[in-house]
Amino acid sequence: MSQFLVAARLDISESLRAKWFVVYVVVFGGLIAALFAFGLTESRVMGFTGLTRLLVTYIQLSMAILPIFVLITTVRSLAGDRETGVSEYMLAFPVSLAAWYWGRFAGRFLIVFAPVFIAMMGAVAYGAFKGASVPWDHILFYTALLAALGVCFLGISFMLSSFAPSIDIAQGTAFLIWLVLLLFLDLILLGVMIREQFPADLLVAIALANPMQVFRTAAMMLFDPQLVLLGPSAYVILDHFGYYGYLAWAFAYPTAIGLVLAAIGYWRFKSGDLV
Amino acid sequence: MIRIEDISKTFRRRRVLDALSLAIHETDRIALIGANGAGKTTMIRCLLGEYVHAGTITVSGHRPRKDRREVLSEIGFVPQLPPPLKMPVGELIRFSSKVCHTTVDRIGGVADRLGLDLSEVDSRPFYKLSGGQKQKILVAIALGRDSKLLVFDEPTANLDPQARRALFSLISERLDEPMIISSHRLEEISGLVNRVVELDRGKVVLDDRVADAGDISEIQACEIELIQPDGAFERAIADWQFASPDGGATWTGEIAGPDRIRFLGLMTRYAGLIRSVHLKAAPNAASAQAGSIQGDPSQGDAHV
Repeated sequence: MSQFLVAARLDISESLRAKWFVVYVVVFGGLIAALFAFGLTESRVMGFTGLTRLLVTYIQLSMAILPIFVLITTVRSLAGDRETGVSEYMLAFPVSLAAWYWGRFAGRFLIVFAPVFIAMMGAVAYGAFKGASVPWDHILFYTALLAALGVCFLGISFMLSSFAPSIDIAQGTAFLIWLVLLLFLDLILLGVMIREQFPADLLVAIALANPMQVFRTAAMMLFDPQLVLLGPSAYVILDHFGYYGYLAWAFAYPTAIGLVLAAIGYWRFKSGDLV
Repeated sequence: MIRIEDISKTFRRRRVLDALSLAIHETDRIALIGANGAGKTTMIRCLLGEYVHAGTITVSGHRPRKDRREVLSEIGFVPQLPPPLKMPVGELIRFSSKVCHTTVDRIGGVADRLGLDLSEVDSRPFYKLSGGQKQKILVAIALGRDSKLLVFDEPTANLDPQARRALFSLISERLDEPMIISSHRLEEISGLVNRVVELDRGKVVLDDRVADAGDISEIQACEIELIQPDGAFERAIADWQFASPDGGATWTGEIAGPDRIRFLGLMTRYAGLIRSVHLKAAPNAASAQAGSIQGDPSQGDAHV
């Protein structure tokens, strides 16, 4: 356990020193500040105003930003360590591979989740100070969804880093994965497929398999329980899962994907060359 | 203590280690030599459990890959190239002391003997230090802990003569531990070892005992007389902390015993300038017995 904590702490302090982390914090902190500055709490969409409105926008933007940040920065640092000789040295210390790998996973999770969460809580604190009512149930769900999204993309990143032979390949593949998942959102390719009347089962299967779409749908569901925005496919989702069933899926599925992929990455890490 | 049996390693159809076998005993201080690509670093990485390979390696009965913690807790390792760690030196030392069950003070003590005050570099990122400072820290971490095997990949690279002398002295205190010292050039490390293993294309092509060089911590006083003062010689000899009492015609200083061959290598470059070189055991050295270069061992002197 102590080795796990040492590895986690090491990864946290390495990340805190990295330039990408500064950019990451500035982006999410700046996002909240910008949403307040543009008076989003005063605007009204589908009857929602105040903090709820701000959080809806924040969560949708997070969906676009968080995955690419997590993917690129994580594969860069993990694959980079192997390429530059950092792994050769650090893995010559008597630390178990499990403690090293999962410790870094846990440390990295805290690092990618904390700024997003703290920015959201900062918005809540500021909103409450200004007299807005605080939608605690939404905040709870959003926190769980953001954590699940973080675990999901960390798992993808850790697996990619274990398999990719170089930083370039790891980074290129990470970007490709993000692009494919982004394309298969209802806003983009999935929307086109719906318009072109592809089989509904296929569309729903894609929507349920794409963790970004799952996150988006669940986030949407919190302010649009009937998923009017999603169109006819909403019926299939609601018929199969129900409201709370889908929210549970939206939390459990990305988390499971992330943990399973990270476990595959660990298997590869411990059974292949470490450097 | 270490048994390497028939290990092979292939990278993209290129066989880097080819059924290599080697037994390393507790009294062995091995110079692992060979050209670039001979397989030295690959063998070391297999020994550290960093590569999967065919064949078997056991260290005190443990397999490096399967029993990582048991094996690595017994190995002090210095890599060929200092890793570009962004963490501050203090954090690296604290991490090392924690996972190697040693203390920051013990590592600091070794660094001190190598001529590096850790408190001065504590908050500086490791990768921003000079090559010599990085090397001293890596050596301090490797020697500032209990171990049963030392694995050094080019340990004297980047070290000045004074730090090398301190390193030889530190190593001389641990002669009961086996060592593997990898180098491109045997003369760099010949004074430290009692066995030479040469690799070529992943195979052992030479495995020979060498006469024990005597006391590794031995210091020799040296006096050089030049035909005439010379600027280039002055700059070169200044690296060895030699001083001249008469404006550059004669030079005096001390060299570590294991550095003799390296030092004489420098002398050959200025052979046309040199009238005489006189080497003898330093009067206050731990050992009064000088090695025999060309002189009379009974006198402890060597003259060139």
